[in-house]
Amino acid sequence: MPLFEAVRMAFRTIVTQKLKSFFSLIGVLIGVTFLIAVVSIVQGMNVYMEDQFANRLIGLNTFTLRRMPNFMTGNVTDDMWRSWMRRPRITYDDADEISAKIKTPVVVARFCSDRMVLNYNGKQAKDIELMGTEPSYFEIKNIEIAQGRPFTQQEVRSGVPVLVLGDLVAEKLLPGLNPLGKEIVIAGLPYRVIGVAAKRGTLFGLSLDKFAVMPFMAPARRYICPLNVLDELQLKAANPDQMLVAMGEVEAIMRARRHLRPSQENDFNLENAAGALEGWKSISKVLITALPGLVAISLVVGGIVIMNIMLMAVAERTREIGIRKALGARRRDILAQFVVESATLSTVGAALGIGTGIGLAFLVRALTPLPAAVAPWSIFLAVGLGVFVGMVAGVYPATRASKLDPIVALRAE
Amino acid sequence: MTDTVIQVRQLIREYDMGGELIHALRGVSLEIRRNEYVAIMGPSGSGKSTLMNVLGCLDTPTSGEYWLNGQEVSRMPDDALARVRNREIGFVFQTFNLLPRSTALQNVELPLVYAGVPSRERRQRAVEALTRVGLGERMAHRPNELSGGQRQRVAIARGLVNRPSILLADEPTGNLDSTTSDEIMKVFGDLQRQGQTIILVTHEPSIAAFAHRTVVLRDGRIDSDTLTSRVAA
Repeated sequence: MPLFEAVRMAFRTIVTQKLKSFFSLIGVLIGVTFLIAVVSIVQGMNVYMEDQFANRLIGLNTFTLRRMPNFMTGNVTDDMWRSWMRRPRITYDDADEISAKIKTPVVVARFCSDRMVLNYNGKQAKDIELMGTEPSYFEIKNIEIAQGRPFTQQEVRSGVPVLVLGDLVAEKLLPGLNPLGKEIVIAGLPYRVIGVAAKRGTLFGLSLDKFAVMPFMAPARRYICPLNVLDELQLKAANPDQMLVAMGEVEAIMRARRHLRPSQENDFNLENAAGALEGWKSISKVLITALPGLVAISLVVGGIVIMNIMLMAVAERTREIGIRKALGARRRDILAQFVVESATLSTVGAALGIGTGIGLAFLVRALTPLPAAVAPWSIFLAVGLGVFVGMVAGVYPATRASKLDPIVALRAE
Repeated sequence: MTDTVIQVRQLIREYDMGGELIHALRGVSLEIRRNEYVAIMGPSGSGKSTLMNVLGCLDTPTSGEYWLNGQEVSRMPDDALARVRNREIGFVFQTFNLLPRSTALQNVELPLVYAGVPSRERRQRAVEALTRVGLGERMAHRPNELSGGQRQRVAIARGLVNRPSILLADEPTGNLDSTTSDEIMKVFGDLQRQGQTIILVTHEPSIAAFAHRTVVLRDGRIDSDTLTSRVAA
């Protein structure tokens, strides 16, 4: 009996027993839904993390020199924390020496930040990230100025109280007003708005426009950084290769400045987008390694359900098997019929699972800030698993069916 | 010999029923020629069902020979027997044994599916067979939409569709009223006149009377083998 014939027969049976078929394939459906949804979300996150998170939050080809990591990955023990806290801070002198000695062409920006309250005319914006930095910062972070201008190196050196506002801050404090030239009060001192950054949108549902940038040496510096100390030195190279070279150079300069022996570890931290992605990578690795387990469990359960349903089907259809045998069905015809029926059932389950999995992924994308992208390989895998589970689950019931004695089977009620 | 369809020699069939040996057939020898219309009769326990199962290649004898159309089938393995059932034998059962979820046409096509006939030819032959038993109109109906007589006609069409050497009918009228029984027996009569070899297993003398030869079994042996009539055309 050709395969096509067997599949057609299987579909006929499935269609005539819709409800029972549906219940029997629910296990496979759930397993595949899992597979598709998790893979879609993880894949979507991968793309998102690389495109958005790393490059927007840290910057393309950019690395930072810090006292301790900004993006912590894995478990941070108390000991690690204490040793970080004992590290010396990054000073202006460190920054100057690096700027002077580095040979790779880089753009450098000193950087400090903290959360501050901004006031305008009785209105308050709390929890705004106030950043003190240099004009190169706008280049490093790819921040476009929508209105006005960025501040200059001259203004940095003189500590002129001017501000470039994030889109959201401008909207909140100065709704409907032309923000340029307005005076915003921070810690009792007025700052003139000279520019507004273009809207940057959200990341994981958090706004990227809730910030204000001022010249590094502006008066509020003392609220966000101790004197002579900076949070981080940001460096941007022209391409990833040069970035790695520059990182090596900065490491060497810092180790020399700190008089570290070769056996001693760095007492400072160099971090780039790849490093920040480590955390996500380890999470996604866990998800991707845990996934086969989850999928396997539900597929095994699904397979057992299908096997039971098929055993029931064989028992219920003993007479049919007897008739088929009397009419000339060989053992292998009966075997093929039930294996194909089981595989078809399971594949239908997998197909529905792909549907609900994709649906779930899109639902997650629509309702949460998590992105989702369906991976084509996961669909092929799901179909393959569906066929495989069904075939394996069908073998035993089908063998029993094929071994029935036609005389006994014909007498069955 | 070329005219002989079935030749059975010293057929013995024993069953082991929980340690007790049941002698269902104790040495049956029988020859049936092409286009014969034979009724096999006997009370229950006489071995007629066992004989029918062996003749229908559903069962193999403990000893003895069974030649069907020049092949010795008594020693064949399972799959070879399935092939013989498919090509050489058409079954008609008392309880019709149609697949309930399939239409009349699909039921009749089934033997051809196992014979590997391509679907277009299959359909054509199934339609032919149904038309032959007078059911050309009801091909798309499922068994539960058909009367008992119509169901048995579908079963007969299914039995005929592979152009078998023998049509083996086991109490074909057992579930039918007398009017319908007569109709079905008329179908058998017509088929026989068209050249079909028919073996009828029954315990009703009135049904056996339609056949031209009656073999009576008793206690696993042939009790009598008589020509009841010779119908000339």
